[in-house]
Amino acid sequence: MSTVSPGFTGRRRSGDDLPPGQYLTHDFPVLSAGPTPHIQPEHWEFTVANEAGETIRWDWKAFTSLPSEKITKDLHCVTRWSKLGTEWRGVSLDVLLADVETAADFVMVHSYGGYTTNLPLEDLLDGQAWVAYEYDGEPLHPEHGGPARLLVPHLYLWKSAKWVRGMILSDTEDLGFWETAGYHEYGDPWKEQRYAGD
Amino acid sequence: MERTAIRRRLTWQVGTVTEVRDETASARTVVLEVPDWPGHLPGQHLDVRLTAEDGYRASRSYSIASAWTGTTIELTVEQVPDGEVSPYLVDVLKVGDPLEVRGPVGGWFVWKPEQEGPIQLIGGGSGVVPLMAMLRAHAANESTQQARLLYSVRKPASVIYVHDLKEVAASEDVEITFAYTREAPPGETRPPARVDAELLKSVTFPPEDQPTVYVCGPTPFVETVADLLVEAGHDPARVRTERFGPTGGPR
Ligand SMILES: Cc1cc2nc3c(=O)[nH]c(=O)nc-3n(C[C@H](O)[C@H](O)[C@H](O)COP(=O)(O)OP(=O)(O)OC[C@H]3O[C@@H](n4cnc5c(N)ncnc54)[C@H](O)[C@@H]3O)c2cc1C
Repeated sequence: MSTVSPGFTGRRRSGDDLPPGQYLTHDFPVLSAGPTPHIQPEHWEFTVANEAGETIRWDWKAFTSLPSEKITKDLHCVTRWSKLGTEWRGVSLDVLLADVETAADFVMVHSYGGYTTNLPLEDLLDGQAWVAYEYDGEPLHPEHGGPARLLVPHLYLWKSAKWVRGMILSDTEDLGFWETAGYHEYGDPWKEQRYAGD
Repeated sequence: MERTAIRRRLTWQVGTVTEVRDETASARTVVLEVPDWPGHLPGQHLDVRLTAEDGYRASRSYSIASAWTGTTIELTVEQVPDGEVSPYLVDVLKVGDPLEVRGPVGGWFVWKPEQEGPIQLIGGGSGVVPLMAMLRAHAANESTQQARLLYSVRKPASVIYVHDLKEVAASEDVEITFAYTREAPPGETRPPARVDAELLKSVTFPPEDQPTVYVCGPTPFVETVADLLVEAGHDPARVRTERFGPTGGPR
């Protein structure tokens, strides 16, 4: 089906290197469902629980002592902006999950403030995901998820939970906050998986 | 955060423009007839998709301004200078034109008439659009929940929905306060200024009343107001936000 919009020509600020339906932005928009939580690093902790309930815990000091990486990635938000070449520092999920015993397929990510998002475990492994705590060489600003946020750049940005506090591994796929509110359960920008059923 | 259950496959639908209404010099309401519109909750949005002759497409999200169910929906669009989609919706689109939409979307920034407790709405600029849908739903449902709107706007001429707001404000359950940021009308006692803690304290429901608070507008506005509300003692879990547009600068 094609419905032409009479008189629309477009400004065409989208480029070939962007997923379909995205346009390029140079600022860094903020989208979240509630007020920005302000969590002091000394009160922050991150936990990973496997499907048996065994939990590994890092406080800020232990977390920032883990080997970290510089990450340069493009970001794609479901509200259609993309931002290219953003620079972060964070700890790879390969490091955080190295000692976790699991046969689970799914992960529910939990944030300070109550936000949740679900992902397949395999999308967090093999250099695809980080818990990031620096942006552009500076400590991550609370608006953008500081002190630390998940970064899964190959999926729409709502999967990259801000103010992240932990993950629970599970054999079954449950839906997170936006996924329950009508957004896609997986969220691949290149396939335009914006809403449930896309 | 409470869970909502709205999952349904969304398909593009072609609506027809049946009316356009200027709200201000730069904002316009577009009335659409969408034959298969499934209905929506006040606060939800939809996606609009424009297609050029050569197949090029651009989409953006717009809040639904109307509350009533049925197949007629209204959008109100503020023109962003240099924008791709909003200038088309405000200046070019005319009665009789087709418009592709997909929705409704969003199950969090919504007001449900059966919800308990007072409703505090706080809007900046075009952020008043989904809040207007809530006020309209409040009136349509003859809800007796107390509702207050604090509407931050540059100057009197920038007020969207002047007449409709007067109408809803006539209800004894609804109170409306304007906060002018650049230019106040004659007789206004508060000099032009941004929304601050003092204003919030004097015109919005206090935390003890346990209102559900809806804050919508440009990102810096929403950030500031939501932070002030939490500082004033509102439970963050009862403060819902919707942010339109960019930060206004790289961070
Ligand atoms: C959930 C949701 C609901 C929305 N509801 C409404 C609504 O009810 N009414 C409405 O008018 N808009 C609404 N918006 C904003 C709307 O989706 C578009 O972003 C806006 O119309 C600009 O689109 P554009 O294509 O004209 O500008 P673009 O071509 O996207 O942008 C042009 C330039 O303007 C900047 N810009 C983009 N958006 C804004 C903005 N809002 N303010 C200032 N500068 C901006 C961009 O960074 C860019 O530099 C909503 C957004 C979201 C995410």
